Amino acid sequence: MTGAAAKFAPGDRVRVLAHFPPGHIRTPWYCRGRTGEIERICGRFRNPEQLAYGHRDADREVLYRVGFASRALWPDHKGGKHDRVEIEIYEHWLEPMPGDAT
Amino acid sequence: MIEARRHHDMGGLEAGPVERDDEHDKAPWEKRVDALMVLLGQRRIIGVDELRRGIEELGSDAYDRYGYYERWMASMTNLLLEKKIIGVSELGARMAEIEAGRRRTLP
Amino acid sequence: MSGHEHAGAPAHPHHPPPRGPDGYEADPTRHHPPGPDLEDAPLAHHQVMQMAVTSLLIEKGIFSADDMRAQIERMDALTPARGARLVARAWSDDGFRRRLLADSKAAATELGMDIGPVPILVMENTPDTHNLVVCTLCSCYPRFLLGIPPDWYKSRSYRSRAVREPRRVLTEFGTEIDSERRIRVHDSTADMRYMVLPMRPSGTEGMSEEALADLVTRDSLIGVTEPHAG
Repeated sequence: MTGAAAKFAPGDRVRVLAHFPPGHIRTPWYCRGRTGEIERICGRFRNPEQLAYGHRDADREVLYRVGFASRALWPDHKGGKHDRVEIEIYEHWLEPMPGDAT
Repeated sequence: MIEARRHHDMGGLEAGPVERDDEHDKAPWEKRVDALMVLLGQRRIIGVDELRRGIEELGSDAYDRYGYYERWMASMTNLLLEKKIIGVSELGARMAEIEAGRRRTLP
Repeated sequence: MSGHEHAGAPAHPHHPPPRGPDGYEADPTRHHPPGPDLEDAPLAHHQVMQMAVTSLLIEKGIFSADDMRAQIERMDALTPARGARLVARAWSDDGFRRRLLADSKAAATELGMDIGPVPILVMENTPDTHNLVVCTLCSCYPRFLLGIPPDWYKSRSYRSRAVREPRRVLTEFGTEIDSERRIRVHDSTADMRYMVLPMRPSGTEGMSEEALADLVTRDSLIGVTEPHAG
């Protein structure tokens, strides 16, 4: 891997930004503003928000897999209590949970 | 903020049962659309993120009305025009020719 | 330029794109029996567009007609049987199973198989955990390993519901997951793709790899079903 070190490590609690800009975005609406945990670091990949507009020199960014308890995503979730959803999210969409040391 | 949610971004919304019986073998024209995208991707003419952005920008009505490969074809064509790989006039003329039945045997 | 109206025109009225049963995955080919493009059927708007764009790109030397034929053949050769072969080997060889989970590309290379340029994470089903794969934003799928995804995978119903009510979706596939067993849904939103490594069914002791591979269906590699012996 090149560039700055990854900001988060597996096990860190993170929150997805509750931002709703226009444009091509790969962070699903249903997880924005929700809290999850870093499952793994996938590596560095070019930012699709720039690639989508033809910018071949898009920034390389750390991509994480973030795990969410289904009940954290949907308070009325009726499945098993350990059910979870795992989503690939780029670093610039994640912030540390307040109070957590990162 | 609900209005900020874009049409393609549908995870968690309510929808009907999954129709498993709808499966069909891909038609030859659908395979050609698929191949077209791979060939343009390999030649770095259209990237997959651009294809997706183009599909998202078709608008909700077209997104729902078009089949999967119709969405691909519409997005790819718009991108090729945007990038001046093909021109509107030559495309219009070629489409008219094909519809008139003179070029049915092309790939 | 007279072509302006042409490119901006809506889909041709003589062939309105139909709606699917859920008003979503409309497919003009369903007007006709499946099979090759019909000679007498009117060409749908996007088919005309495909033919026109392809012929223009060939004339401009972007690619050749042979390039296109070769690509279609390459895609046709990618089938779920490739994933089934990896699974059968993993069931038969624990070392291979661990290597497949750690680095699927390297493991597949051991079998002389190229799984393509996009990283594929293999997610293992266990007595505690069942895995399910979806792409809510479009229809990302491990296509360089398994080929083109099934229609239902691309449907609004599956994409909307698999993340929120996976157990109900699984029931529609005839799959019941014990409530004590955890479900992990993998939303393929970015640069990874996913394949499920199902659990080896009981009653398959001593079966050959070929026979085991026959038990592994495409749907079990997505996680909507589980393989059964016989």
